[in-house]
Amino acid sequence: MGLLSSTVSVTRYRVEGEIEAPVMETITAGLKKNAISEIDDEDSDKSVGWTSFETPFTPSFDGDSFVIGPYLVFSLRIDKKTIPSKIIKKHFSMEVAKRLAETGRDHLSKKEKQEIKDHVIQVLSLRIPATPNVYDLLWSVENGWVWMFSNQKAANEELETLFARSFKATLIRLFPYTIAELTADLSPEDRDVVAKLTPTRFME
Amino acid sequence: MLDVAVAYNRYKFLGFEFLTWLWYSIEENREVFKTVEPELTVLEIGNRLVLENRVQDALESITIKGDDAGLEEGLIALRKGAVVTEMNLICKFEDSEWRLTLKGESFDIAGLKTPESGPLETSEDIEGRLLEKVFLDEKAIELVDKLYRYFIRLRISNDWNETVVPRLRKWIYEKES
Repeated sequence: MGLLSSTVSVTRYRVEGEIEAPVMETITAGLKKNAISEIDDEDSDKSVGWTSFETPFTPSFDGDSFVIGPYLVFSLRIDKKTIPSKIIKKHFSMEVAKRLAETGRDHLSKKEKQEIKDHVIQVLSLRIPATPNVYDLLWSVENGWVWMFSNQKAANEELETLFARSFKATLIRLFPYTIAELTADLSPEDRDVVAKLTPTRFME
Repeated sequence: MLDVAVAYNRYKFLGFEFLTWLWYSIEENREVFKTVEPELTVLEIGNRLVLENRVQDALESITIKGDDAGLEEGLIALRKGAVVTEMNLICKFEDSEWRLTLKGESFDIAGLKTPESGPLETSEDIEGRLLEKVFLDEKAIELVDKLYRYFIRLRISNDWNETVVPRLRKWIYEKES
């Protein structure tokens, strides 16, 4: 469900920390440096990086291509190779049989089996293309917030990590406590009262 | 500020209480919405309400689904000590309708459906369409924030224990189910 879908899911963040001036240059550099890299011909099983909102499979952050009105609009892409366990099991069994035949032994050590399994996964990873998942992002630099158009926990966590690495600023998720603390315009005294709240019992 | 992960778990009850108060306000105290957002014409519970009750170590979950589903089971669950964890809401500004599901614990917004925006005719339209979509999304999200900000001020006031909680209890126990 992307930003322009008829139905969307939104996870909201507050940006904590100043983006180094000049801000747009810093952001552009962070996006380019951490753009998604293709892993289809590599043995990596996962790649996480930024990509373009309109062309998620050909990322480009030149000029102001990711600026729309007052917002920065781009996407997080997570490419992952998932090898079905039955395929791993089949190739692992074949390799073990081959090794036993070559060495004339009747069993392999735990360490040897693990080495074979790692090798099988590495070889299969080269042959299996990664499945891309794209999550749209909207960033209001002026107001210090980011919306991610997904509620998937794993994707949310990847975003938080990559954002900190790219822009040297922290994303704080907005949930009941942080909304009260950061965006409700409460006085320090009121925030102290919030901190001391305990659950209400509605039962008689 | 507290560590975010600690704060998330320690204060998730605020989200559950907010949704319980919202349900009560929709049924018994609609005037409050005029104070919070004068432009709002309708705020209703939509087609999904989820409650949870933790009894000792067991977690009981009650989900009420359907466009015209009665919420009596929810009230019975509240009497047993359940909390509202998720609520689908329908809101209208003039005649335009928004729908969304709000999760109390995380304030994640899911299934946000805004009024239709115009058709996309050319690629140049994307910018205008996107800005319109963000404007429409923001209207619903701002409403949630305004309601929550009103709630949190009420929650830390003396009114909460002196007036609101007794009224909520009366509603929970005396409303016909």
